[in-house]
Amino acid sequence: MSTMHSLILRTAGNFLLPLLLLFSIFLLLRGHDEPGGGFIGGLVAASAIVLSLFAMEIKSAKAVLWVDPRHVLGIGMTLAIVSAIPSAFFGQPFFTAQWLTFEVPAMGEIKVGTVLMFDIGVYLVVIGAVLTIMLSLAEAED
Amino acid sequence: MLLAVLSGFLIAAIAPWVHRFSGRHSGWVLAVLPGALFVYFLGFIPEIADGGQVRFVYPWVPGLDIQLSFLVDGLSLLFALLISGIGFFIVSYAGRYLEKHRDVGRFYVLILAFMGSMLGLVLADNLVALFVFWELTSITSYLLIGYNHEDARARYCALQGLFVTVGGGLALLAGLVMLAVAGGSYELSEILAGEGLQEHAWYLPILLLVLAGAFTKSAQVPFHFWLPNAMAAPTPVSAYLHSATMVKAGVYLLARLNPGLGGTDEWLLILSLFGGVTMLTGVFLAARSTGVKQVLAYSTVMALGTLTMLIGVGTETAIIAAVTFLMAHSLYKGALFLIAGILDHEAGCKDFLQTGGLRSALPVTTFFAAIAALSLGGVIPMFGFIAKELMLEAVLEAPTVSGVLTALAVATAILGVLVAAIVGIKPWFGPRVQTPREPHHEAPPAMLAGPAVLGTLGLLFGLAPMLPEWGVLGAAAGAVYGAPLDPNLSLWHGINAPLMISAASLLLGLMLYSQWDRFRAAFAWLDGVANSIGPERQYDRTMAGLVWTADWQTRVLQNGYLRYYLMTILIMTLVMVGVSAELYGISVGELSFADIQIQEWTVLGMLLAAAAVAVVIRSRLGAVASLGAVGFGVALIYVLFSAPDVGITQVLVETLTVLLLVLVLFRLPGFLNLSSPLVRVRDAVIALSVGGMMTLVMLSTLHMRAHDSISAYHVAESMPSGYGRNIVNVILVDFRALDTLGEIFVLALAAVGVYAMINLRAEDRK
Repeated sequence: MSTMHSLILRTAGNFLLPLLLLFSIFLLLRGHDEPGGGFIGGLVAASAIVLSLFAMEIKSAKAVLWVDPRHVLGIGMTLAIVSAIPSAFFGQPFFTAQWLTFEVPAMGEIKVGTVLMFDIGVYLVVIGAVLTIMLSLAEAED
Repeated sequence: MLLAVLSGFLIAAIAPWVHRFSGRHSGWVLAVLPGALFVYFLGFIPEIADGGQVRFVYPWVPGLDIQLSFLVDGLSLLFALLISGIGFFIVSYAGRYLEKHRDVGRFYVLILAFMGSMLGLVLADNLVALFVFWELTSITSYLLIGYNHEDARARYCALQGLFVTVGGGLALLAGLVMLAVAGGSYELSEILAGEGLQEHAWYLPILLLVLAGAFTKSAQVPFHFWLPNAMAAPTPVSAYLHSATMVKAGVYLLARLNPGLGGTDEWLLILSLFGGVTMLTGVFLAARSTGVKQVLAYSTVMALGTLTMLIGVGTETAIIAAVTFLMAHSLYKGALFLIAGILDHEAGCKDFLQTGGLRSALPVTTFFAAIAALSLGGVIPMFGFIAKELMLEAVLEAPTVSGVLTALAVATAILGVLVAAIVGIKPWFGPRVQTPREPHHEAPPAMLAGPAVLGTLGLLFGLAPMLPEWGVLGAAAGAVYGAPLDPNLSLWHGINAPLMISAASLLLGLMLYSQWDRFRAAFAWLDGVANSIGPERQYDRTMAGLVWTADWQTRVLQNGYLRYYLMTILIMTLVMVGVSAELYGISVGELSFADIQIQEWTVLGMLLAAAAVAVVIRSRLGAVASLGAVGFGVALIYVLFSAPDVGITQVLVETLTVLLLVLVLFRLPGFLNLSSPLVRVRDAVIALSVGGMMTLVMLSTLHMRAHDSISAYHVAESMPSGYGRNIVNVILVDFRALDTLGEIFVLALAAVGVYAMINLRAEDRK
């Protein structure tokens, strides 16, 4: 990646990264009702991070990531699998979605379900997988 | 009953801990299980002896109509008693025999699991259960033969036994499935109760497949070679598996199927001839061997051949002879193998030539060895005598090939006496030979109990044959024959042809024994023949050929070039889809270009142009970029057809793919060798065919709907059951969440795989 020392890319990357990450979470959370979801959100976040990685040296890039992407991968898989378990306690088929409804003042009714947990798992797996592959390839270059 | 069958496995699971707690007495402690099972099975005798049957049915896989059913009739009870009764002595014996071995715990696990499998096999009434237990005996026996797994020879022998028996097991599986289809049931008792199996069109294939399984398991010629090699196992294992139980599994199966498959010319000829030849081969090889366990192993081959032959002959006398011989053989052979273990344990002898004159040092052992050997030789008044008389009688009155069988049987009887003399006289009488170890004392009671009881029973049953007959032999013979039989066993039949043959063979056998050394020398040249063309050599050749083929096809298919992998996959797909299209027909419906909008034409044009650029462009980066353009064009199409989620995903994936490829491309050297025109034409043909095939498949998928689309269901249920307005997302995370889980799992695996390939290789280089 040493060939991509572009000042413009680096400056833009610094600004874009937080914005894109925020946008990815927005996509993740609204996904159940509007276009978006864990997969798309994860891809957006991964692209954002890869973009800023392109602008940096591999060493500083690794310093920016405060967690190992492989851990993100594992946490995502765990979340996704754990989300399938509650149904077992109600004697329902594996993966039957469970929902809780809250009344939150000023926001109205909020529904939280295991599918959200599952979607967050998907989100993390996508980020983890893409970054693991990208970082491995980039490092191997050295 | 379920508990009785499974108890072997359950106790096996805790056996190492039992062994740790009970220390040197673990043999006796664990022998309680087979002992208790023996008593449990004894409890069935009154009911079975009256011609009854007891059937136990437990649901197993209810969805597939597979039930775990067990049938106790004369035959299975006879086997169950032998397995648990001999098992009792084996386990207690092994406690002392293997006392100093460092992982005796593992031995107990295996031997008890084996006992459980064997019980399951003989008691199972369901074909699936029978097959599962059948294979379990092969696997546990593999582990037992290879018990001394640090010894390369033991590993080789174990593997040989496994390959031969499991190879036959595969044939058996096919045979059993066909049998079940032909018989209309997976329950043995129902199949055998039905009529007309012998006239069924599949009779011959079923017979041959089942025989392949039974013959390999029961070491019939030409598969007899694995059995002597299985003697690499510790002696208690040989005594148990390779004399009394496992190798009889094949015989058991033949006996069990006799009412359904027997009685035809094919059955009679194949079984009696193979059995007869095996019988003579076994006894001949036994007489040529000098290794203690080799002699016993080959004489087991002889016994298995005899049993197969008798089942093949199938007359009333033959069946009675078969069950009698089966029982007599289990008793004396179990005893003799245990005595072989004592010889090894006390005097360090593994070869008969090292032995002689041990009677003063081991008087008790000598006595029981002698009565067991008398039974083996078929000398009056042992149980073995009754069995041998019946066998000769059955052969003399066999419906066909009686002459051949009689000749084989007479030769076998003579050599059998020789073998009995080797076993019963050579080590004990005559001049004292210096043994590798000086026997200071008799074997401990735990080791003498087996030979004593089994040997004595051989004598007792000979004197009072009504005892076993009333117990199970009558019922067992009836179960094999398919109709009640009255064996009416007795020691004395008057002076008849079998008795004359017996007497003559006894005389000739003893004469041969006096010339044993010259007998062996006379046939020494056979070693060379066996080494160059014998069945074991063929086995080795087959295995070497297998390895060579695997090696060759790995070199061809796993060549390490991505392009060839891709080509193989694509061509295979093309062929498979082509074949099924040819077989089942394919239709794409009527194609109409009329309702394609102008903006769609535009996107299409862009796609084609980008694809064309990707093909002709000379730089890698350019090719990647134009492929990216193709991807974005596809995304546009998704958006045009109002699938924003899919469109967004396509854009993102395409972006990431381009980024990835760019990352990789940096690492590749420039194009040095461009492919030749011929290769390019080949690649173009493959590419166009695959593209065309995919188009066809796509169109026909849209045209030929086997089922109604479930889109409507998704649209209707998305909000009420999935609580989401975004149908795509509801499908992903709720309706089809399991699929998604599988997909992210693959994604995670791919990432880990890439990481491992790149980083571990880098570490290797360091």
